[in-house]
Amino acid sequence: MTDDGLRAAVAAGVLASEDSHRALLQATVEVARGIFYAKASSVLLYDERTDELVFEAVAGEGSEKLIGERLPSSTGIGGWVLVTRQPIVLDDVSQDPRFAEEAAKKTGFVPKGLMCVPLIHQEEPLGVLYVLDRPQESRFSLQEMELLGLFGHQAAIALDLLRKARRAKAVLEDADTDSALLARVAENLEELDGQRRAAGVELLRSLEALFKH
Amino acid sequence: MAEPAPERPLPAWSLPAGSAESLALPTEWPGRVTREWAWGGSTGNGVRVCILDSGIEADHPDVGELAGAVAVEVGDGDEISVVEDVEGDLCGHGTACAGIVRSIAKDCELFSVRVLGAGFTGSGTALLGGLRWAVEQGFDVINMSLSTTKSHFAGLLHEVADLAYFRRTVLVASAHNMPVESYPWRFSSVISVGSHEEPDAETFYYNPSPPVEFFARGVDVEIAWLGKARARSTGNSFATPHMSGICALILGKHPELTPFQLKSALYLTANNVEGRDD
Repeated sequence: MTDDGLRAAVAAGVLASEDSHRALLQATVEVARGIFYAKASSVLLYDERTDELVFEAVAGEGSEKLIGERLPSSTGIGGWVLVTRQPIVLDDVSQDPRFAEEAAKKTGFVPKGLMCVPLIHQEEPLGVLYVLDRPQESRFSLQEMELLGLFGHQAAIALDLLRKARRAKAVLEDADTDSALLARVAENLEELDGQRRAAGVELLRSLEALFKH
Repeated sequence: MAEPAPERPLPAWSLPAGSAESLALPTEWPGRVTREWAWGGSTGNGVRVCILDSGIEADHPDVGELAGAVAVEVGDGDEISVVEDVEGDLCGHGTACAGIVRSIAKDCELFSVRVLGAGFTGSGTALLGGLRWAVEQGFDVINMSLSTTKSHFAGLLHEVADLAYFRRTVLVASAHNMPVESYPWRFSSVISVGSHEEPDAETFYYNPSPPVEFFARGVDVEIAWLGKARARSTGNSFATPHMSGICALILGKHPELTPFQLKSALYLTANNVEGRDD
């Protein structure tokens, strides 16, 4: 087990649950939908294992169906955005028959326009954020593009937290490892209070001193 | 008797005395460079433009005939192979860029190099391999409406961008739309492009505060899209082919220009630079 794995395991014992991170992502797409007056918004995380994009949070139209749905990582609009790290803003895209058919099949509605921005954290694109059907009458401006970029940066941080939490959870679930043992100790300590916690901390300090020599 | 010394025994990185005549330029530059001089009457005829992107939809009415289309594939050991592209555009973006170039330089030759579709993992390798291949082919203009944030590719991309510059291939590259570091648009050997909000396809500005050097039309642009359709779009991605198209017009009229001279002509004909005649 690497140092990162050990640290992640211990951190997982004391950090917020995946539920909290999911709530953070859900709030992200709700806000994205709100600030652009859009019909829907969604966040997709890049899954390294399968080389695909996975829907993690959806607000608005199509929200029930999409969580867990997968898209190719280097084709389609999302794939282009992930690979090139460039946002894209498209209006009247529903004229594309393949796009319309695919969207209708997956979400039950065909957006007329979309914005898609890469979620980049420390050089790495972690996924993409979609905003679907902003009001057609408002012409897109460069200020909106900047806002989209800034917002995408914030969403990337949320996505990075979720990714780290999942890695930590994976370490914890592998119960036979030393790091899982340490994580369980950290988790149990968190749940203690009063004298038992103080005694636990003292014991750990003694162990720390022992391991140093 | 001693043999005569070879004319240039050393690599010629300098200009020996009395040889300035060897630097005679094939282009007569006027005292005042105007758009009329730079590309008046040109249709981009004879200029080979490469669209390095997601592929191009064949027979799209806004794109017309393609001179060729290849796809870059990445093997398990990161080795590159360039094969004939039978899939076309896997996103729509490359078709959009090709359509914009065609709308400006209607008689240029358009060639597609698809660097998408090899999966996300191999995407940096495909981008680099595709660019290297395109430079080796000697295209006049390479449109790159894409970039990579992977810093370990920066050095390699820099080398290829410089090679292109010295081989008279002009790289026209999109500046990033977001405040992140990405390449190759930040290199001075390329023509980097951001967006302005005006609706005219031939309006462009020189930016005296680089790294972005030129601003071209990039907001609410009507573009060619998949399924022989059209869409409207915004972003530096679409400003870039506007500059590529203008480069093709200039090179159609002045094929001997080097990338440095071409960039100078762009500077002198930019809307915010004096010397224009319109």
